[in-house]
Amino acid sequence: MVAVAHAHSDSSQQAAEQGWDDIVVACLKRNDIKLVTYVPDRVLTPLIAKIHADPFFTAFATTREEEAIGIVTGAWMAGMRGTLLMQTSGFATLANVLASLVVPSQIPAIMFVSERGTLGEFNLGQALVCRTMRPVLDSLAMEHRTLTRLDEAEFVVDRSIKQAIATQAPVALILSPLLTGGKVFKG
Amino acid sequence: MRAALMNKKISTTSPTAKPGTPSGNAKIMNRYDLTCRLTARLTKGEAVIGGIGNTNFDLWASGQRPENYYMLGSMGLACPIALGVAIAQPQRHVFALEGDGSLLMQLGCLATIAARAPKNLSIVVFDNGVYQITGAQPTPAAGVADIVAIARASGIAASAWAADDDDFERLVDSALAHAAPSLIAVRIDTTAAVGATDRDPVQIRERFMRGVGVR
Repeated sequence: MVAVAHAHSDSSQQAAEQGWDDIVVACLKRNDIKLVTYVPDRVLTPLIAKIHADPFFTAFATTREEEAIGIVTGAWMAGMRGTLLMQTSGFATLANVLASLVVPSQIPAIMFVSERGTLGEFNLGQALVCRTMRPVLDSLAMEHRTLTRLDEAEFVVDRSIKQAIATQAPVALILSPLLTGGKVFKG
Repeated sequence: MRAALMNKKISTTSPTAKPGTPSGNAKIMNRYDLTCRLTARLTKGEAVIGGIGNTNFDLWASGQRPENYYMLGSMGLACPIALGVAIAQPQRHVFALEGDGSLLMQLGCLATIAARAPKNLSIVVFDNGVYQITGAQPTPAAGVADIVAIARASGIAASAWAADDDDFERLVDSALAHAAPSLIAVRIDTTAAVGATDRDPVQIRERFMRGVGVR
């Protein structure tokens, strides 16, 4: 009993020390997502750094988010699981390739979107483009989850990745400023 | 050497080439014929990713190899898809077949490919200077931009115009043997594709996945 309680305590403490970025890295590894493509965002910087620091991953930047979708699609079809990290404005460039490649071909594209344009955004363009994201996801009937709480992050990310692969369907995991702290105006 | 070879061919094999166009005086060839010549040289289960429109239609018509993938939508993504396949299966050579208009839509992928430097990825660009499938409107680049120069400047050093059909075959063999990404650009006519791909994205994907041993 004591041993169990002790183990639980250690595990809780370890979980408490993990940031959202550590949780994402752990979930990617647990689900064998080796290929990480991205167009960066300030909020994603620590996640990208941790992924690059881990030899488990093949990680690189692409010139556009569409390009990353193509790469992840090709890798999936050839037996390697991949993901795409981007910010809200990057997601806004994807409607065509989601509707014409990912959804009809049943590709489990796993997308992490750093949510800009809300909860203290200072850039009007970001605020406007943010409003297009969920309507696009809903219009394609794509699974999407907004992560706001650290204590739910592992459950949501791990289960969403597993569901995407099992059902061969894309998923967007939206990283809210409530989870990440977002990017604030320093002017 | 290659420039000399190409120049030598101007007057004899390329009467319709327009002097001064960025592709020099490469012979104007035919996409279906070249696609057949390419696939005939693939003996080791090489993957071929056919870009949108006539490019994948002619790949389909050339014989439906199980390692072929026919991209129906997502214009411009043939090269990125091929890069993903090349990363996932480094032992298998991968060809991306792309139209000039399609490549112009996603030129950044050339730099990404150069940076990743996969040893097993080659690109064939069919350049007729027009958006053939929509009514043959000229691309903005037609007669102005040089695809091979763009590819070289993007970091794909092994990029060349095929002077004629024989040169194309030599360049394919060279690409298969080359331990770095390569690009072969070909000037083609505006003849319509010989066939048309079945429009079933799931079936196309499943066939390809079986073809490359994933299923």
